[in-house]
Amino acid sequence: MNNMTQIKHHLTDQLLIGYAAGTLPEAFNLVVATHLSMCDSCRAAAQAYDAIGGAFLETDAQASMDEGALEETLALIGKGPSAAKPMAASDVPSPLGAYIGGGLGDVKWRSVGMGVRQAVLSTSKSATARLLYIPAGAAVPDHGHRGTELTLVLQGAFRDATARFAAGDVEVANEDLNHTPVAEIGEDCICLAATDAPLRFNSWIPRMAQPFLRI
Amino acid sequence: MFGILDRLHETGASEYQVPYGALKPIRPHYQKANTPTVKKTVPQNTWVEHLKRIQADQDQRAFAELFAHFAPRVKAFLMKSGASPSMAEECTQEVMATLWHKAHLFDPSRASVATWIFTIARNKKIDALRKQRRPEPENLEWGPEAEPEAADILVLQQESQQLTEAMTALPSQQRELIEKAYFGDLSHSEIAAETGLPLGTIKSRLRLALSKLRQTMK
Repeated sequence: MNNMTQIKHHLTDQLLIGYAAGTLPEAFNLVVATHLSMCDSCRAAAQAYDAIGGAFLETDAQASMDEGALEETLALIGKGPSAAKPMAASDVPSPLGAYIGGGLGDVKWRSVGMGVRQAVLSTSKSATARLLYIPAGAAVPDHGHRGTELTLVLQGAFRDATARFAAGDVEVANEDLNHTPVAEIGEDCICLAATDAPLRFNSWIPRMAQPFLRI
Repeated sequence: MFGILDRLHETGASEYQVPYGALKPIRPHYQKANTPTVKKTVPQNTWVEHLKRIQADQDQRAFAELFAHFAPRVKAFLMKSGASPSMAEECTQEVMATLWHKAHLFDPSRASVATWIFTIARNKKIDALRKQRRPEPENLEWGPEAEPEAADILVLQQESQQLTEAMTALPSQQRELIEKAYFGDLSHSEIAAETGLPLGTIKSRLRLALSKLRQTMK
């Protein structure tokens, strides 16, 4: 899963700042954390934005702690750390593995037609995260977006009108982009995608099916 | 993607690119009692030593000094993020307890202590205030034998210090914009990547630190 040298499409600074500040919806955080696990240049940028947070903490306001706060904290420390959940071995980066509960073999796929499958991951409701399985050569129906859609390639590659996206690449699509992602011949394509608004399909059949698909 | 950061790196950041040989080590600093109203910047290398003492010796005095400096800052951060005073108090204690338990994970070649505490406090904010899980990137840790080089630690710590100084010197309008972004008053589409801070050098430094770490992990 290490494709660091070949990654061509990265996260935007806006997303990296939002991730550092902790203001993104959970589904976006998941895509960002998974990409950062694969891309050291974005990870360095994210840590630089963390450093702004640190500088802020150092120079900003203070609020006095209650009396006895230190003693209470030491007592809290005495109780030991909260137990860390053991991580199952996984073929995907650990942040994603935690949401799947294992690796790609553990994903419960549902067919959405034309051979395309998806699995919605459980996150807070302000945005939706899902895995997409696009068979080699197949297309995801042409769609536009009302909000922002992030698509991170985990395996294989897809192309749309704008570019080619291979493992580790992330496409940041907004309202202006209407696209038909097509998986490349040769390998099935698996993506992690997040949207903060429902997709808008451009033909009437997928639009009717949309409420059932939860995309 | 880092158009603005790179421009900063090329143009505005030159004064921050101190050649390594010209750097003087930061003198050890005696931590004085903290008064809430005074804004001062303590050399951060001191705090690195504090964390080492907590990790190696479970040193409660080092912890008490860190607590006196950082707990009021974390509490203010949480209150600004929308926590009530009592919730902020409780969460701050949990943040400081996490610092104790995770001291062995702190990597001074990749973050200042203030930055590291900020990330713990931010994650606590997401967990306690927004009731969300916080997906974190895969852990990159130094193996049992490898560890960061002293020179890398020194430079990263000094650059973090310079970033803090630059933050203090920022025009208030610019600072307010960053503040809004970090306290969630701007949606992510409104956040401008232009921070006005010298991020170029620290970003390249962090990139270098990560590749060194990757090499030792292989």
